Amino acid sequence: MTTLPAATIEVPQRGMVADALRRHPTMIAGFAILAAMVLMAILAPYLGTIDPQAVSPVRRLREPSELYWFGTDMLGRDVYSRTIYGARISLAVGLAVAVLSIAIGLFFGLITGYVRLADTILMRVMDGLMSIPPILLAIALMALTKASVENVIVAITIAEVPRVTRLVRSVVLGLREQPFVEAAVASGTRFHHILIKHILPNTVAPLLVQGTYICASAMITEAILSFIGAGTPPNIPSWGNIMAEGRSLFQVAYYVILFPGIFLSIAVLAVNLVGDGLRDALDPRLARRM
Amino acid sequence: MFAYIVRRLLATIPVMGVVAIFVFSLLYLTPGDPAIIIAGDYATADDIAKIREKLGLDRPFLVRFGEWLWSILRGDLGISIFTNLPVSRLIGQRIEPTIALTVTTLIVAVSLAVPMGVLAAWKAGRWLDRLVMGFAVVGFSVPIFVLAYLLIFGFSIGLEILPVQGYVSIRQGFWPFLERLILPSVALGITYMALIARITRASMLEVLSQDYIRTAQAKGLATDKVLIGHALKNAAVPIITIIGIGVALLISGVVVTETVFAIPGIGRLTVDAILRRDYPIIQGVILLFSAAYVLINLLVDISYTFLDPRIRY
Repeated sequence: MTTLPAATIEVPQRGMVADALRRHPTMIAGFAILAAMVLMAILAPYLGTIDPQAVSPVRRLREPSELYWFGTDMLGRDVYSRTIYGARISLAVGLAVAVLSIAIGLFFGLITGYVRLADTILMRVMDGLMSIPPILLAIALMALTKASVENVIVAITIAEVPRVTRLVRSVVLGLREQPFVEAAVASGTRFHHILIKHILPNTVAPLLVQGTYICASAMITEAILSFIGAGTPPNIPSWGNIMAEGRSLFQVAYYVILFPGIFLSIAVLAVNLVGDGLRDALDPRLARRM
Repeated sequence: MFAYIVRRLLATIPVMGVVAIFVFSLLYLTPGDPAIIIAGDYATADDIAKIREKLGLDRPFLVRFGEWLWSILRGDLGISIFTNLPVSRLIGQRIEPTIALTVTTLIVAVSLAVPMGVLAAWKAGRWLDRLVMGFAVVGFSVPIFVLAYLLIFGFSIGLEILPVQGYVSIRQGFWPFLERLILPSVALGITYMALIARITRASMLEVLSQDYIRTAQAKGLATDKVLIGHALKNAAVPIITIIGIGVALLISGVVVTETVFAIPGIGRLTVDAILRRDYPIIQGVILLFSAAYVLINLLVDISYTFLDPRIRY
């Protein structure tokens, strides 16, 4: 901090964000990769792909070539097309789980932060749920429901909610002790006004950071669930599914597993880079330590 | 001290209680009839009725829960729907490879990640630090099964120096046992290592900025003595905490790792159970893994009193 020129100290909020972007090139890289992935998912039909479900037994297990960039799987389906379309599932599941679990966790977190009785009961339940490893929790839910993308989203969300609740609760409890909140209470500000004007805005930064990490871990969890056969149904191509189908033949047809695996890793890396960048930009105190 | 241990031990009871209630009531809370879903698409009405009876779905919730809880407390985890064998016996048959894998991973990960974090904090801002932090970001992003296949492609199929898959009991020789665990341990441990290295670095940085570290350096103490004797010792509590919490990563990862490397452990048992929708097995595995997780974190809590004499209960 000491090396910063004096002029930057008075820069307004927007300038600080821009400055943070300059100081965190990895976050820009993350954003760029992510944007490319989203575009790729949306424009999948126009990227030289063929029907990802088109079975063609004559052309099964072809090595990557000019015609089949990523080769073909054991049913003769084009791995390139399947991988590009697979981005849709991964990104949709990641985003949906992040949004849903933040919304539900925020709701529970605010309640536990304010209602003593609900706090004792809800946190006991959350502690119990948190002692179940998230993937196993999702597996249990998937074993009892029909395989569908919606159920995958719900299952992963349920596994993530306890952690968000805990985060919001700790933020709320910390804020309630702050002089500006006490002052608002003392001056007779109405409850919902305090909640909306003072509490909620302060949960945005930590939840934004947490949201990106949840998105990354949800993408991995979806892939793992699909990979072990408890996730997205086989008739929808997802990165986990494609890899699951390549499992039995991986020693012969490495490409069926390799390409979706690389795409998944890059997508998760991009989301994590954005998360790290956001954390550094929004919480400089924490950033110096991490 | 003794009173503290007893109190913490008692505090695990409601946690495990919630886990038990949750895995049990899932059968009732999930939309649709679980008996129909478990029976599968080609089941007859008779099959569905049989499964419903086996799961006790034909009797009142509370009665069934009471019976179930009572049998759990006596160590009876129920009967597998598909094989008709007791779940506790199925788990018993499969537990050895899983313990071997997780313990090896734990040892390897901790003994590599902690020194990495210490070195990164010592050389903060330099290339060594950047290397470790880069590893931490990548390690957190590469899913276990993707890394697992990359390792197999590289070391087993490419270089042909390690076996592709399988498991050999330690009774059949130490090297055959170990060589089949190397790649699985690396794959399983990578996220865990990234997490530990990151927290170790953060915790060490915090301690290294303290006055007593400067004093120790000023009086001419060797760097390794300052780093390990003074700094690491005082930075230990968050590191031990994350080692305990991170065990959840290992437990979740076992399911995938055992699938990729064809290790006949509890993870494989779980995956086979999902494909057959054998819910009693999944229930038993979750109870067992959650209990292990709670127990490990109980030990972590107790270890604080030894690590940091300032902590009094």
